[in-house]
Amino acid sequence: MSRQMTGAEMVIAALQDQGVEVLFGYPGGSVLPIYDEIFKQEKIKHVLVRHEQGAVHAAEGYARSTGKVGAVLVTSGPGATNAVTGLTDALLDSIPLVCITGQVPTHLIGNDAFQECDTVGITRPCTKHNWLVKRIEDLPRILHEAFHVAKSGRPGPVVIDIPKDVQFATGTYHGPKNIQHKTYRPKVKGDMDAIRHAVQMIGKAHRPIFYTGGGVINSGPAASQLLRELVKTTGFPITSTLMGLGAYPGNDEQFLGMLGMHGTLEANMAMHESDLIICVGARFDDRITGRLDAFAPHAKKIHIDIDPSSINKIIKVDVPIVGDVAHVLEDMVRVWKQTQPQIDKAALQKWWDKIAVWRGRKCLAYRASDEIIKPQYAIQRLQEAVKGKDVYFTTEVGQHQMWAAQFLKFDEPNRWMTSGGLGTMGYGIPAAVGVQMAHPGSLVIDIAGEASVMMTMQEISTAVQYRLPIKIFILNNHYMGMVRQWQELLHGGRYSESYSHALPDFVKLAEAMGGVGIRCEKPSELDAKIAEMIAVKKPVIFDCVVDPAENCFPMIPSGKAHNEMLFGEAVEDIGNVIDEKGKMLV
Amino acid sequence: MNTTHYPSAYIFQAPETHTLSVIVDNEPGVLARVVGLFSGRGYNIESLTVSETEHEKHLSRITIVTTGTPMVIEQIKNQLDRLVPVHRVVDLTVTGRVLARELALIKVKGKGEARVEALRLADAFRARVVDANTESFVFELTGKSDKIDEFVGLMGPLGLVEYSRTGVAAISRGPDPM
Repeated sequence: MSRQMTGAEMVIAALQDQGVEVLFGYPGGSVLPIYDEIFKQEKIKHVLVRHEQGAVHAAEGYARSTGKVGAVLVTSGPGATNAVTGLTDALLDSIPLVCITGQVPTHLIGNDAFQECDTVGITRPCTKHNWLVKRIEDLPRILHEAFHVAKSGRPGPVVIDIPKDVQFATGTYHGPKNIQHKTYRPKVKGDMDAIRHAVQMIGKAHRPIFYTGGGVINSGPAASQLLRELVKTTGFPITSTLMGLGAYPGNDEQFLGMLGMHGTLEANMAMHESDLIICVGARFDDRITGRLDAFAPHAKKIHIDIDPSSINKIIKVDVPIVGDVAHVLEDMVRVWKQTQPQIDKAALQKWWDKIAVWRGRKCLAYRASDEIIKPQYAIQRLQEAVKGKDVYFTTEVGQHQMWAAQFLKFDEPNRWMTSGGLGTMGYGIPAAVGVQMAHPGSLVIDIAGEASVMMTMQEISTAVQYRLPIKIFILNNHYMGMVRQWQELLHGGRYSESYSHALPDFVKLAEAMGGVGIRCEKPSELDAKIAEMIAVKKPVIFDCVVDPAENCFPMIPSGKAHNEMLFGEAVEDIGNVIDEKGKMLV
Repeated sequence: MNTTHYPSAYIFQAPETHTLSVIVDNEPGVLARVVGLFSGRGYNIESLTVSETEHEKHLSRITIVTTGTPMVIEQIKNQLDRLVPVHRVVDLTVTGRVLARELALIKVKGKGEARVEALRLADAFRARVVDANTESFVFELTGKSDKIDEFVGLMGPLGLVEYSRTGVAAISRGPDPM
């Protein structure tokens, strides 16, 4: 089906053909022809953000909560450079995005024209791939190729830079064709020999653990189902990275909670003492491994990942399986059923007994208070209030994010949107906007810190414009909490520039922006005010004033091993346990 | 706090030098992607050459000589392979049958005995004279990198002015393509 049309028309046609329903963007000089086409159609809903970074995060929230590709449209120059943080965020968390940027006309490229920047040069290291379209003949192919690259293999953001003259030029449009890309062919099926070998190892393990990550969620709902089946069949314990929460039910007995720097004692100790780690769609990030030469010293490692470059990057593994999680798990489950390995039940029971002792330490315990709201308590009450509701959570970055990861329990994938790899403060509000666009009837809550919120709070205005009743639940401790915590532990309590001076009155701010503000200062008021927040059908800023001195524990200080954790009670010793090398790693 | 030393799970490896041949689609920016990958991830480039090799198929061949531990070399290959316009990455060093050559142009200025000696050495190294006048020569020399190093070293005291070298081009031995 080929038709004659302009480049700008092609962009809209391709977005429609690729099933895009929502486009997050901001107009400007060099994308005006595309905006003109947006004006003339009804199929694609455009969401006008207030800053291009917000557009990209919103598209990330949309993509992560739906499993679809997020779409972004921004102008040249500052439009493109403002998008860079979001693109990098999406690259590190493997979120599929197509970002279309306007560019100055081809004859002006390289002339330092108004609002010109080298977009493909700037975004080359922060995208999976990018294109500068210099000829109208190439545009339809590149538009469709971009969606293919973004969503297949290890997903990621791509950029299409379209000069204004190409948007005006006329050419022949063709729809998406099922053509094989000449160079890009990600491997989806895992090697069967490796899978059989892995199943054998799983059958023989005495102290096994599943270590799962965002790859399970990216692989789709089937992957989560297969993971649950395999974990149930084997009876093994399972832990998850920050990005993988929800792939396995958080309340299940076999789930040990999140692992890593702020993971649970049971998860980290089980990793440390295990004799077999089955890594599914995770990448042995430094927040997970801690000190490398002391990481899981007794464990054989199986690593399932769609990206070969994730394998043996940080930790040498024994059985690498390159492939899509769902495909590999499907084969694993099948081989398991065929071969019926006999698990050593006694050994596994002994392993669970050991885990029960670690669990018994209740590593997430905190000192409750009637006077002041403990941030952990606030999240627990919030979790209680949303029980049984159709709810999505986003977060900003810092202590509140870690507390949310520790205390919220997810039963399903795609319900938890957080900036893991890049750790982008300001992710949560725009991401919530994106999630709410995708799920208009659902409850969308951004668990936030007062410092993060200040970075992208202009997007509250977007939420108001599109009547998106997102809830911004600020754990307001008047500090960049995680910075303050590190300064307390590592830098002699010298709180250099981490205090939030001159905070706005968040209640008035919410009202000024057209939302609703609620402030809560006492633990006794919490339940009623959370109920009020949920009931409001408008964007809400919930200013939850919490204990400013609370630290996020447990914690593996950087440069330390999994079995060298710090706990809430151990506050006194903390200054001495982080060495100089550890400081470097922060 | 427990500070027991644990058996090392982390492998300390000696660095190795590898010659990689990378077949890429000859599209704008592809070299920038490859070079940016190396600089962005802190890998070494000892030599890099690139040229279109199959015009009709729109293919270029990039030859990279790099140094790293076996784990880093594996990373480099996987990272290269992951770039969208990359067709194939072949580690010629692993195949053990690598043929690598470099070309250099060397300008030497001198009179009298030094000039005669330079010419004599050029002959011994099978360097060709490609430009000559009463004051100087330009030699063209092809060979392994260390042969060029050696020749350039010898020319130093004999009036070496400057030299230019292409970097390594490599191919596998035997009848089969890589």
